[in-house]
Amino acid sequence: MSASAVHSLWTTAADPISKIDTPKIEYGQLSPTLIVVGAAIIGVLIEAVVPRRSRYHVQVFLAAVALVASFAAVVALAAGGYATTKSGIVAMGAIAVDGPALFLQGTILLAALVGLFTFAERRLDPEAHGNRVDSFAAQAASVPGSDSEKAAVKAGFTTTEVFPLLMFAVAGMLVFPAANDLLTLFIALEVFSLPLYLMCALARRKRLMSQEAAVKYFLLGAFASAFTLFGIALLYGYAGSVSYATIAQVVDGTVPDVTPALADTMGNDALLLIGAAMIVMGLLFKVGAVPFHMWTPDVYQGAPTPVTGFMAAATKVAAFGALLRILYVVLPGLRWDWRPVMWGVAIVTMLGGAIVAITQTDIKRLLAYSSIAHAGFILAGVIAATPDGVSSVLFYLAAYSFVTIGAFAVVTLVRDAGGEATHLSKWAGLGRRSPLVAAVFAVFLLAFAGIPLTSGFAGKFAVFKAAAEGGAAPLVVVGVISSAIAAFFYIRVIVLMFFSEPTPEGPTVAVPSPLTTTAIGVGVAVTLVLGVAPQYFLDLANRAGVFVR
Amino acid sequence: MSFPLLTATAVLPAIGAIATAAVPAKRRTAAKWLALLVSLGTLALAIVIAVRFDPGGDRYQLTESRSWIAEFGVRYELGVDGIGVALIALTALLMPFIILAGWHDADPLETGSRRWRPTQGFFALILAVEAMVIISFAATDVFLFYIFFEAMLIPMYFLIGGFGDRAHEHGEKAASTQRSYAAVKFLLYNLAGGLIMLAAVIGLYVVAGNFSLQEIAAARANGTLDMATNTERWLFLGFFFAFAVKAPLWPLHTWLPNAMGEATAPVAVLITAVVDKVGTFAMLRFCLQLFPEASKWATPAILVLALISIVYGALLAVGQRDMKRLIAYASISHFGFIIMGIFAMTSQGQSGATLYMVNHGISTAALLLVAGFLITRRGSRLIADYGGVQKVAPVLAGTFLIGGLATLSLPGLAPFVSEFLVLVGTFTRYPVIGIIATFGIVLAALYVLVLYQRTMTGPVKPEVATMPDLRVREIAVVAPLVVLLVFLGVYPKPLTDIVNPAVEKTMSDVQKKDPQPEVEAAK
Repeated sequence: MSASAVHSLWTTAADPISKIDTPKIEYGQLSPTLIVVGAAIIGVLIEAVVPRRSRYHVQVFLAAVALVASFAAVVALAAGGYATTKSGIVAMGAIAVDGPALFLQGTILLAALVGLFTFAERRLDPEAHGNRVDSFAAQAASVPGSDSEKAAVKAGFTTTEVFPLLMFAVAGMLVFPAANDLLTLFIALEVFSLPLYLMCALARRKRLMSQEAAVKYFLLGAFASAFTLFGIALLYGYAGSVSYATIAQVVDGTVPDVTPALADTMGNDALLLIGAAMIVMGLLFKVGAVPFHMWTPDVYQGAPTPVTGFMAAATKVAAFGALLRILYVVLPGLRWDWRPVMWGVAIVTMLGGAIVAITQTDIKRLLAYSSIAHAGFILAGVIAATPDGVSSVLFYLAAYSFVTIGAFAVVTLVRDAGGEATHLSKWAGLGRRSPLVAAVFAVFLLAFAGIPLTSGFAGKFAVFKAAAEGGAAPLVVVGVISSAIAAFFYIRVIVLMFFSEPTPEGPTVAVPSPLTTTAIGVGVAVTLVLGVAPQYFLDLANRAGVFVR
Repeated sequence: MSFPLLTATAVLPAIGAIATAAVPAKRRTAAKWLALLVSLGTLALAIVIAVRFDPGGDRYQLTESRSWIAEFGVRYELGVDGIGVALIALTALLMPFIILAGWHDADPLETGSRRWRPTQGFFALILAVEAMVIISFAATDVFLFYIFFEAMLIPMYFLIGGFGDRAHEHGEKAASTQRSYAAVKFLLYNLAGGLIMLAAVIGLYVVAGNFSLQEIAAARANGTLDMATNTERWLFLGFFFAFAVKAPLWPLHTWLPNAMGEATAPVAVLITAVVDKVGTFAMLRFCLQLFPEASKWATPAILVLALISIVYGALLAVGQRDMKRLIAYASISHFGFIIMGIFAMTSQGQSGATLYMVNHGISTAALLLVAGFLITRRGSRLIADYGGVQKVAPVLAGTFLIGGLATLSLPGLAPFVSEFLVLVGTFTRYPVIGIIATFGIVLAALYVLVLYQRTMTGPVKPEVATMPDLRVREIAVVAPLVVLLVFLGVYPKPLTDIVNPAVEKTMSDVQKKDPQPEVEAAK
């Protein structure tokens, strides 16, 4: 029996095979992502091939080169007009290459590069058995406190796998805000989430806490992913397509041709509303907005601090990018439905984050709640639903990432015998003992608080202005009130550092290698430059503010 | 473009602040001299501004305009009217005295780490505040003003919280707790005010589309920019709230006694004589110009609050046991007079209020700095711990008395002129309020003279017996201030010449004319 005969037995009227087009892949426009994915895969191979003692150097070098190359590719694309005139949909409609995507990819890559420096830091922890160690567990698989762990530490193992993991996460994050159909969105979500869950579990010190954080993050993250996936299914049922553009057309009622098979369910508003709500819920989870924020403090506290810094900055950028695209490209026709809900979410997020942060006694938890409050501020810009809203959110995200990574990098420096001294009481009098480190941290705190002449103020002003112009003046009022509340706990840390007597057995400030110094230096520089002369970057964000559809 | 004089006047102390902060840990004295020289240089520039300023010329002079953040419609726009010149001159004038008076306030007691440099920090912060205050007085862009209005809180906060009086009646530990409490209270009050103002600033942008004071005021005046009555009122309230916290106006005043009580005397002078003036100045410049209708609408309520400030501040000053807190409450009373003068909407009232800002700065500086010298000698702020000082330290007691008499507005000293103008200006429009406000003067006589009597006269207390009189440095601080008080009291013309034209223009913004004298009206 010939092959075609078998074929005709089982199917009727199958389309001829020639009808499937050869996929056309625009490698040039996808190069930022491809470079990072390639580096991640090579990183995995390095783990298998390269001898253990040189892995660290090879991995760090590879990751840095890949991130820089990828960033160069983003810049080249932007310079080539792909952010504005030539922006378009590539890879069979799966990926959008446009202003917001390139801007956010650039931000993620820079944040990842600075984050990589803190990952690679090996001078902070005291040497274990003559080996320099970083913030990550000697051997992730060995049970905490077991003999195998001791043996791994003694042998000087380090988990160099974090570097490929980091690269996979970055790759997912690059695709996430650029995804142009719901399946790509979901795959990107998983690609960046799974490495993050893993990295959260890899702390060298306080390993149980770190593993607990990872489990919490994984379980809740899996729930959120499931919601998103369910939402995607419902939206598919509603529109008969996962493509953003088609769904938007169905929402608007401008769809050109209706597939007969789907005509029954198509345009069913219940599917649309529930599906959209579920997808947005999944994204709000990643953003850390109230009421989907429960994971944030535990995970921020338990994860290795470099991971926390990277995660806090880059995840937010990627997730807000995706949220913007969903709301502005897919669901603009549903604006009158999502805006009231998002109003509510923004208000409780701003107030909730700021109020709960007051009672925190651990610096990492405090920064976690502060990040929740910031998510609320950014949401205020998202709600504006104007081009200004997009560009203000882009600017805020860029400004916020560097402050965040810098702040967490400073946290890694303040140490006592048990590793990082994150309890606030231990930070008392830090300003007397190490004025420079305390002053740098104060700059970051003031930026978080949105004091003028820091990037935090410029960002806050941009989103509040966009919100006010978009008709959300009450949100601005809630925003300034929660800023005032938030200022209280930032100031409290400054009081503690500068005006309190140092405790006798207080922590010491470790002298970092040039890597962490660079990370912190970049953070401070960006904070001040974006605060004093933000014009260039606002322009950039403004020009990048148009989504392709 | 001509030489950017205003920018230079602000940039000099800013660079001085960075340079002072960078002086190596061991060269404390060099840092002090550097700071003093920079403040004198700034004073010289301020004098050039005052000389170059032509009272009969344009409303805003020495203007500068550069693009800054086009995205937000923000320009770097500076310009001064007579009011601005007077206050920049006051700021630049007081700074050398503040630095000289605080010469030893930040000498380190204990050695921290090698990099712990409190002295350098102290003087750098003072200069940073000076730079920001000058920009605030010169800014004609609302956003630019706002940025520095807010940013100056940070160095002030460190000055209050980081440096206190050497000796304290409850020991160093309690002092440090109270200090950081006062600093946090100061910051939170002002930050809350500032953030409310931020909402109003954004609102103003949404309504007007840019931040230029001159453009918006012109558009308001010729009717091209129409604000809904309610919008204007809300925006006005947002601005006024921030300025009323800063000024401070009852009931938003409670941070001031804490801050002034815990800060060292020079820093307290910096707060009350310089930084708080930005609040009252901004009421004149921004509230009245941007929101004339709302200002008129709010006038009765504000006058009542100002009146409460006057009487309440004076009453509480009478009851104080702590010298610095007494002066703080006296200042609250005086700020009540200033705000009353501004919102009486008469030209006498407003020029009186502007003169009052300057004179209050000088007289409070004189009184407070001498009080500071006294406190450093005895190690206590409590009035009851002193007695008979005039027998041991006659020069100190004499200057203290002059400062006190200026505070109670004795005729012949500068504050008298301004207080008189404010009262006359208020009386012509609101006679009842003017009459009640006069009680403030009576109470002022009470708290000043009782303070003097309890501390300086009577039998010499044993702890005071060995107290040295004023040293050369201290005389150098006080003597020029006393001379100025007398000079401006006898001959206020140079100041009124500069201030009056600016006030006329502000009056025309709110479209108010002075009430005609009764006799003429009867004809």
